[in-house]
Amino acid sequence: MTDSALRELADDPSSRKRFFKMMGGAGAVSAFGIVLAACGDDEDEGGSASTPAKSSGDDTTGDLKILNYALTLEFLEADFYKQVIDSGIVKDPKVASLAKQFGETEQTHVDTLKATIEKMGGKPVSAPKTKFGPTLEKGLMAVLETAATVENLGAAAYLGAAGMIKSKDVLASALAIHSVEARHAAALNSLVGRGFGGKGGLSGSLPDGAFAKGMSEADVLAAVKPFLA
Amino acid sequence: MTSSRLLVAPELAAIEIKGTTREAFLIRATLAAGATYGAMSAAPFVTKALAQDSKGDIDILNYALTLEYLEAEFYTRGVAQVKGLSGAEMKLAKELRDNESEHVKALAATVKKLGGTPAKKPSLDFGPAFANRASFLKTANVLEDAGVSAYNGAAPMIDSVDVLAAAGGIVQIEARHAALIRLARSKPPAPLPFDKPAEMDAILKKIMPFIKS
Repeated sequence: MTDSALRELADDPSSRKRFFKMMGGAGAVSAFGIVLAACGDDEDEGGSASTPAKSSGDDTTGDLKILNYALTLEFLEADFYKQVIDSGIVKDPKVASLAKQFGETEQTHVDTLKATIEKMGGKPVSAPKTKFGPTLEKGLMAVLETAATVENLGAAAYLGAAGMIKSKDVLASALAIHSVEARHAAALNSLVGRGFGGKGGLSGSLPDGAFAKGMSEADVLAAVKPFLA
Repeated sequence: MTSSRLLVAPELAAIEIKGTTREAFLIRATLAAGATYGAMSAAPFVTKALAQDSKGDIDILNYALTLEYLEAEFYTRGVAQVKGLSGAEMKLAKELRDNESEHVKALAATVKKLGGTPAKKPSLDFGPAFANRASFLKTANVLEDAGVSAYNGAAPMIDSVDVLAAAGGIVQIEARHAALIRLARSKPPAPLPFDKPAEMDAILKKIMPFIKS
């Protein structure tokens, strides 16, 4: 009746069965629940939500380390937007509203990651001391370019770490944040006039062409070092 | 999760899992299949699911490939047909077309490399999407946002770290596309703090109107 794989999947129970194994009602959508529960939106989650992850000790330790690495970057981003907004350097209402929304999102990521780490039985790292003064002094363009750089780094960091995450719950959560960082990065790249199809790791609205590349934790931490006090 | 609870598959299918391992995840997912296709059939799937990792990855890659076919064809036709795009918008549409075409090639090659058969390109009909700039950008927005959610929903089920890296490298680009198309529409580029994963059924519902066969 059809040569479409999707139609086949939609119509044919045996094809669907294989998918349901992977992605049926039990897919990342419910795995993602840990993030939503951690957000505190669901006050009546009760005891079950606070049960630490049941993966093996080593897996949890590794995932917690990655979550704390992500949390450090999110702290940095959230603090940057806060300082930018407080400085009043952004006058254009559209850009200001973008910065405000991105900053709120980064703060939500901070809150969520902290809560997730605690739920898994870990200890969230403290916010790093940041050093954005020199950037702010350089003016609006430098601020927006730094925002773009930091968001591109964030996206590359999540992508670089994703393969090392053991828990499917944590992976689903990291991916849900990863693509938001990528959206921020693209919008800011576009705002600072980094053209499409730029070459090199962190330039251009679509920096790597059709395929984004992850960065190692060491490279990311080295790149954000100038912003740490 | 105890074995006695495993026997009441349909009920379990409605319970959220926390901090699951891959094995628990597969069992849980298989139970959802059991809920749909009969609880008695669930148990054999568990064994099969755990034994068929690359098979599962091939299924996911073919799902992604079909979405990419849709996007690539959408921009290919759009670039040729839509009137009234600005210079920058046309440039963007062409770049997105090229990106999606590269995704198609890469995914098809990966499916083959894993020993699978790449899904065939569906026959597509985008209806009035190319009538004008606004309908083109709106449909692009729907497709790109759906693409992000589809990858985010499927990626955690990928077994191979290499395939996961490839999917991650693609979804990041889809997210960037979504942001740029949204900016072209004067919409917030990143409207939510999380790009929530979507189940396949929800994605199918969104894209079926474009698929003729």
